[in-house]
Amino acid sequence: MSKGLRLDNLRVALEGGSHPLIPVDGVSLDVPAGQCVALLGESGCGKSLTALAMMRLLPEGVKVVRGDVSLDGESLLDLPERDMRHVRGGRLAMIFQEPMTSLNPVLTVADQIRESLAAHRGLTGRSADTEAGRLMAAVGLPIERLSSYPFQLSGGQRQRALIAMMLAGDPTVLVADEPTTALDVTVQAQILRLLKTLQQERGMGLLLITHDLDVARDMADRVAVMYAGQIVEWASRAQLYGAALHPYTRCLFQVLPSIDRRGGRLAQIPGMVPAPGTALVGCRFAGRCPDVVERCRSEPQALRELAPGHWVRCGQAEPGRLASDALPDARDASSGDVKATPSPILELRNLAVHFPIRKGLFQRVAGYTKAVDGVSLDIRAGQTVALVGESGCGKTTLARAALRLIEPTGGQVLLAGEDIGRLEGEALRQKRGDMQIVFQDPFSSLNPRMRVGEIIAEGLAALRPELDKAVRATRVTEVLERVGLPADAFGRYPHEFSGGQRQRIAIARALVVEPKLLICDEPTSALDVSVQAQILNLLADLQQERGLAYLFITHNLAVVGYLADRVAVMYRGRIVEEGEAAALLNAPAHPYTRMLLESAPGKGMTKVPEPGTRARIPSDGCAFADRCPMVMPLCRTVAPELKEREGGSRLSCHL
Amino acid sequence: MIAYLIRRLLYALPILLGVNLLTFALFFLVNTPDDMARLHLGVKRVTPDAVEKWKAARGYDKPLFVNARADGLGKVTDTIFFDKSLSMFAFHFGVSDDDRDIANEIKTRMWPSLAIALPTFVIGLMVNVSVALILIFFRRTYVEWSGVVALVALMSVSGLFYIIGGQFLFAKVWQLAPISGYQSGLNAARFVWLPILVGIVGGVGSGARWYRTLFLEEANKDYVRTARAKGLSETAVLFRHILKNGMVPILTGAVAVFPLLFMGSLILESFFGIPGLGSYTINAINSQDFAIVRAMVFLGAVLYIVGLILTDVSYTLVDPRVRLS
Amino acid sequence: MRPVLLWTDGLIFLLVAGLIAFVVLVRRHEHLRAPWRKVAANPVAVAAAIVLLFFTAIAILDSVHFRLALPAGPSGAVHYSPEVKSVLDVLSGPLAEQQEKSYSAPFATHLFSRETVTLPDGRQLRTYPRLRYGGASLHDPERGRSGDILMRTAEGLAGGALVWLMLWLGLKPVYGKAASRRTIANTLLALCLISGFLVALATHYHVFGTDKVGQDVLYITLKSIRTGVLIGALTTLVTLPLSIGLGVSAGYFGGRVDDAVQYLYTTLNAIPGVLLIAAAVLIMQTQLESHPGWFETGTERADLRLLFLCLILGMTSWTGLARLLRGETLKVRELDYVMAARAFGVSDVRILLRHILPNIQHIVLISVVMDFSGLVLAEAVLSYIGVGVDPTMSSFGNMINGARLELAREPVVWWQLAAAFVFMFVLVLSANLFADSVQDAMDPRSRRNA
Repeated sequence: MSKGLRLDNLRVALEGGSHPLIPVDGVSLDVPAGQCVALLGESGCGKSLTALAMMRLLPEGVKVVRGDVSLDGESLLDLPERDMRHVRGGRLAMIFQEPMTSLNPVLTVADQIRESLAAHRGLTGRSADTEAGRLMAAVGLPIERLSSYPFQLSGGQRQRALIAMMLAGDPTVLVADEPTTALDVTVQAQILRLLKTLQQERGMGLLLITHDLDVARDMADRVAVMYAGQIVEWASRAQLYGAALHPYTRCLFQVLPSIDRRGGRLAQIPGMVPAPGTALVGCRFAGRCPDVVERCRSEPQALRELAPGHWVRCGQAEPGRLASDALPDARDASSGDVKATPSPILELRNLAVHFPIRKGLFQRVAGYTKAVDGVSLDIRAGQTVALVGESGCGKTTLARAALRLIEPTGGQVLLAGEDIGRLEGEALRQKRGDMQIVFQDPFSSLNPRMRVGEIIAEGLAALRPELDKAVRATRVTEVLERVGLPADAFGRYPHEFSGGQRQRIAIARALVVEPKLLICDEPTSALDVSVQAQILNLLADLQQERGLAYLFITHNLAVVGYLADRVAVMYRGRIVEEGEAAALLNAPAHPYTRMLLESAPGKGMTKVPEPGTRARIPSDGCAFADRCPMVMPLCRTVAPELKEREGGSRLSCHL
Repeated sequence: MIAYLIRRLLYALPILLGVNLLTFALFFLVNTPDDMARLHLGVKRVTPDAVEKWKAARGYDKPLFVNARADGLGKVTDTIFFDKSLSMFAFHFGVSDDDRDIANEIKTRMWPSLAIALPTFVIGLMVNVSVALILIFFRRTYVEWSGVVALVALMSVSGLFYIIGGQFLFAKVWQLAPISGYQSGLNAARFVWLPILVGIVGGVGSGARWYRTLFLEEANKDYVRTARAKGLSETAVLFRHILKNGMVPILTGAVAVFPLLFMGSLILESFFGIPGLGSYTINAINSQDFAIVRAMVFLGAVLYIVGLILTDVSYTLVDPRVRLS
Repeated sequence: MRPVLLWTDGLIFLLVAGLIAFVVLVRRHEHLRAPWRKVAANPVAVAAAIVLLFFTAIAILDSVHFRLALPAGPSGAVHYSPEVKSVLDVLSGPLAEQQEKSYSAPFATHLFSRETVTLPDGRQLRTYPRLRYGGASLHDPERGRSGDILMRTAEGLAGGALVWLMLWLGLKPVYGKAASRRTIANTLLALCLISGFLVALATHYHVFGTDKVGQDVLYITLKSIRTGVLIGALTTLVTLPLSIGLGVSAGYFGGRVDDAVQYLYTTLNAIPGVLLIAAAVLIMQTQLESHPGWFETGTERADLRLLFLCLILGMTSWTGLARLLRGETLKVRELDYVMAARAFGVSDVRILLRHILPNIQHIVLISVVMDFSGLVLAEAVLSYIGVGVDPTMSSFGNMINGARLELAREPVVWWQLAAAFVFMFVLVLSANLFADSVQDAMDPRSRRNA
């Protein structure tokens, strides 16, 4: 029997209710030792439950009802719990998505590693210490970190610590459930590189669960694509990325935004994933498939091997139909270049938001956290400016300060030439209609206690009190229709809608007061790629129709490449580089911009940045100096200024 | 840390002052000293003379805030407010209506109170934590279900019934302990074990149930899943991970009430005739001895604030994430 | 007859009206109804709620007060009896009047202690005298008693079953096809049988015996229910405006407002609760004594004292909820939908009313049901210390207080304590169980399953 993990026709059911829900329906998969297999799928497709099922860590009320999981030929589902414990964290280990909450906050890293060593290798005392040190070195953590508590580590370091714990049992197969989703791209690249290296060096099997096509492309030897509880395609990386055969997989590739798709509309997958309760006889993708025929709906589809090692769950797919676009080409709606209107709608002049740090007996202000530190930025009517940066760089604070949801500590915000920082009361309210915001999290951005109609009408009621109720209702209905929501949404509550629909509601809420500028704070990063395409298309259409300007805050460079006219890169409260999108992305000048672009997945992990030390912000000198691969002595003493360059771009670097 | 503590102590001053003003308002503004005198002397034989005499004997005949007749500093100090309220900051509690020194009384009565309250508290804490852990260990079984029902039933019984029931069964029917009374020294054990037992049993319902929810909250966290994924046994998960995290709020919560143990338990002491601060307070309430009530209010407030500060300090000891600044 | 509206009566009716309004509101809004559906699906909660409703009904019946007209005097002017009666008094009929001389055990026909009786022939005898009312219809209590009791029990149970049947058929539109209708049926059946038993026997026997002055203990217990329910319910009425107003504004406005509110509740918390209550009650007592004009009858005086007690309890117990609400408001205020509203320039008042309050109301609700049982228990302790309700008022605390010394008697007088224990336990237990399931349904943090 070969070494590795094998899932055979695994079926997981939710108990309770009149008929059981089947979130995982007949999944078969092989993870041989020494290979990396990616399990790829959108949220809710059952990929995490599959992983928990093989660890036998399913939450209460969820059970494996059929099928088998075996490790090195030994069936795991029939093992007594006592023996299963030796397997778990031993030969089969798992790391999780949230590094912030996955470690015990009151135990040191050493405690938590030694615990695994004691459980699986019987190591205690000195030998455990030595081994723990070895593991730390293996995951690239300094040995002093052993005595740290999790809260003292950064997100990436925690994920490394978690990996070290899981390596303690010397696993044959490591399961990684979205291990980098909560991390910044530069850190993501480091962690992925680490996982890949460990897998290859140790001859380990790695089951990587992800929603990210690019991550899977960088990492996997084989890829399984999951849809609605089933594996729909199972192929080697070359086969899948060269010639995907299942319509769903092909659709996934087409909805991805990228710089090549600039100016065109993104393809959209119509409809939604069938709810796990719906009884479907035929193919689960039939309702959304561009190639659907009658047989798909009536006959169950089995996985067929269409090429050696390339399995597809589709009756229509055949190896000949390579590379044909599954979705109708949607590029026809491409836009002319009408965007270059000269007048700026929003001008930030040296905007600063400093939070005081208080210390000592009398809470004197000892210093400031400079969340936003002198940012100047123009956004012209009808233009999209992308603001890019890692978490904590001050993007969101900047957005809130621009809207005066936070009082800036310095600088000016000019809206159509008028300084709104000076306005108060009624005058400020008048201006608020011109500038609106769409938030990242579609769940916390809508009040669960209000009907959709009320949510959208709220802005009208506040900004245009002169309108009577009937007019307001008409406007709300119009805008609901415009963002593509059913008319009956008016009287329903937010919880009845999916994430994408909620984001449409949030857009409608902002649109109804007819703003000239929309600040979009990561509006698609909580959404699946197929839904993201719909929202991006909607935003593009709205810009064309209404000449809206967007300040688009994101960390996703592919999205930036697809839609932005200009890009501003932010690092530790300052803009380090700004310019025309295409030019900047093709020829980044600042080392930080370069690092971001190189870290983005999908390029085969050629250049992975060294982990930063996360040192304190130097009081003088360049803020990026401690991470910069091209740092010079000058950088540590003199902070570079943001200077105009030829071609209308700006850069803050001594190089 | 030191700066933090000093700041907390400084912050305590306005609170104590607030407590002081509040009690002062309750005792001297809403009810004038005349009212008090009449109340004490009984409604029937009140003559203006007797009222004046009663007030003079206790120093209640002074003006409330400003004494116009006194000189210099005395204008402020020779007043009821200064005498009866501000002097508490120096722990000058004055004398009670039966002419005993309250501070002295507190010092002697503190020990019997502690003899009951301390064991009740410590053993009770251990019992509650153990019961809660057992329930968590057997979660999703009938043991847990019936345990929780039993705890809810226990906490639905008035504390008075625990005392009455305990006295009736152990003291009267089985004659295992004296019904009430107290002796100092080693003899005390004979008298205190029953009140301690009653106190523990009376508190287990709400206590263990509360701790169970704390542990449950921990048991649902991600790091517990990680611990299981490492292949640890259920007992290791429970004791190393859940217990350790769950004890953070439990211990700090316990530290907060710890100083208040000095105040004794009102009901237990009075039922069992323990000459502690609890029964002292109750007697003062019943005989409407305002001087004692005021003193106990102030003492309670001081101990409460000490508890708050100790809680913050204990957080830094048990939770590595907390640093005081 | 002249109706009398005591202060607490008025407030309790106000509270009932508020409760009905709340139910109507909940029925109209799906998102408010959803958690209650979860509560309604829990059999324990349904049973507890029915028992609580039953207790509340007794309390409300006991809150409709009036004074009977005295027989017209020679002048023809109508005078009213100084005694204030309630509908419950009328319904319980003879229970209130059938007063014996002193203690008698449950179902006893004779007094509990020996007395010297003068026989018709002038001789004096130390004996247990017959009760005036308890088992008075029996000729030979020695023999006839058990048979009589059994007969009446059967009658009572049959009557109870009949009432239950009628109720069950009559309430069909209410419970409809509810999942918990079996629980409803069982709980109602139990209540009906117990009530039937009590109704049939209480008129001829003292089911729970009599107390020191010969009052029927069952009657006193029934009267105590109102006191308990009132303290639990009215206190929250005082607490809510304080804790919502102060807690929410501290959390929302922050800064100085927050500092002031925090100072206020830390100061109040610093004073040991019982002492603060005791001090306030003592002061209230002297105030009542020096203002005899505030009340006409003894009942009104006791009522005023009850009202003040609720006020005092409310003033001292708002801090916990205020703290919770402050914390929750701090969280909600940072949520994106509040940010969105602020980006529209929506006024603070509107944000508070439309965004903050609706999203913290579940905490208020949970805390109200959780506090109820605690307050019922607190009444007993406070009455024991002597700072509870008026000593003339029937309450569980006063019952326990009056009875505990009698445990020293030989044989023991246990029935008063037993009656207080049973009724109080059932009331508090159902309140606790109900509160538990409400919390389960509304508080996302207290999910049961690990």
